[in-house]
Amino acid sequence: MILKRRWKPMCNSKTIRLTINGRKENLFLSPQQTLLQALRDNGHVDVKHGCGKGDCGACAVLVDGLAVDSCLTLAWLCEDKEVTTVAGIGNGTPHPLHVAFRDLGAAQCGFCTPGMIVAAKGLLDDNPNPDDNEIRLALSGNLCRCTGYVKIVEAVQVAARVLREEADLS
Amino acid sequence: MSCAYDLKVPISLQNALDLLSDAQSMPLAGGTNLLVEIRSGKERPQRLVALDRIEGLAGIDINSETITIGARATVGDLLRSTELAKAAPSLVKAAGVFAGQMVRNAGTIGGNIACASPAADLVPPLMSLDAQVTLQSSSGSRVVALDEYYQGYKQDVRRPDELVTQISMPRLPDQTHNRFYKLARRRGDAITVVGLAVTLTVSDGVCRKARIAMGAVAPCVIRARNAEALLEGNVFDAAMIETAAAQAAAECAPIDDVRASAQYRRHCVRKLTRRLVAEAWNDLEAKVEADV
Repeated sequence: MILKRRWKPMCNSKTIRLTINGRKENLFLSPQQTLLQALRDNGHVDVKHGCGKGDCGACAVLVDGLAVDSCLTLAWLCEDKEVTTVAGIGNGTPHPLHVAFRDLGAAQCGFCTPGMIVAAKGLLDDNPNPDDNEIRLALSGNLCRCTGYVKIVEAVQVAARVLREEADLS
Repeated sequence: MSCAYDLKVPISLQNALDLLSDAQSMPLAGGTNLLVEIRSGKERPQRLVALDRIEGLAGIDINSETITIGARATVGDLLRSTELAKAAPSLVKAAGVFAGQMVRNAGTIGGNIACASPAADLVPPLMSLDAQVTLQSSSGSRVVALDEYYQGYKQDVRRPDELVTQISMPRLPDQTHNRFYKLARRRGDAITVVGLAVTLTVSDGVCRKARIAMGAVAPCVIRARNAEALLEGNVFDAAMIETAAAQAAAECAPIDDVRASAQYRRHCVRKLTRRLVAEAWNDLEAKVEADV
């Protein structure tokens, strides 16, 4: 429960500089604060707080391009790093992953969706042409409790195809 | 997170080891286990020493004789190493079925060893590869064979001031097969019910060396030494594989828990040992025939 409360900075807090979705931010943080708390307390509520122990993946963000659970990442350790949340993928315009999840209805309650899209981005940056098994492996740290995974896997396939076509045209 | 620890981020190994010589300090690598334990109150360190910014602690180096992996290498680093996939296939297989993508990108090989969980997925493959663990402290370093590293449930030989800094293992000789299988309730993001790793070296039709390491079926990961002895020096046949598999099942000491019963685990040790040894043997036979 304490995680849900706004964190009160402690005496040994300090200012940490990090880039969030392309914008440099200076945040005053205690050593115990997770990246998840730091992000949500500073307005980035597109990052979701699910289990708080690395099981559900709802809090996934990219740190220097790698998908990690922000609930298991201490914010101090992200100093001078680039953090990308679901809202930062696509640089302000909807990314093919956002579009595909919307168009294919790959969300029901939507709580897992930010983490799913971040994990999928982590996969596609590494492997632009994944098969279904590779997608399922990459999303194995993301739990959806509403609808199952069929449409989610389809959405990642569609987004991957769109991205490949974009890359071919450029 | 009720524990109000301080966080140090040293940039040199020496500095980190000096900080760890204080009994109130704990090393923090990926944090995928330790931060959860702190949050649940199981660990209450006064100071965490983060290993993130120390140079040269995460490399994977493969030469003609040895594979050396820095303790800070993440599970994802192992998975992305194409060289390692050839040199230590069981280890990379285990990395692929390890938790989920985000945990793989943060969790480290050194952390997986030092957490001393009986269900640690990287440990059975490493044990089947005769891995050695380098422990360093401000007063020196020592190398411990992984199969002598664990002493019981979540107990290891590492002193609190020591840090796992490196894992090394010999390159596999030719005609060697190295396999891992993780049995769990689902394919991803699951805690292992039985993890089994097998390494077999065969020449002239005779098994020269056998390693069978079993995870999640004893207080710590163990080798099935008697089953290995049954295989070594012998020519494979179906009956011998069956005997060795039964022996491996006799050597494990599983418990009942939420994931599976002890009886089921023991049954699966037998089935998986038989399967992996037979698969390895068939592949080796095929390799020998292809070489002729």
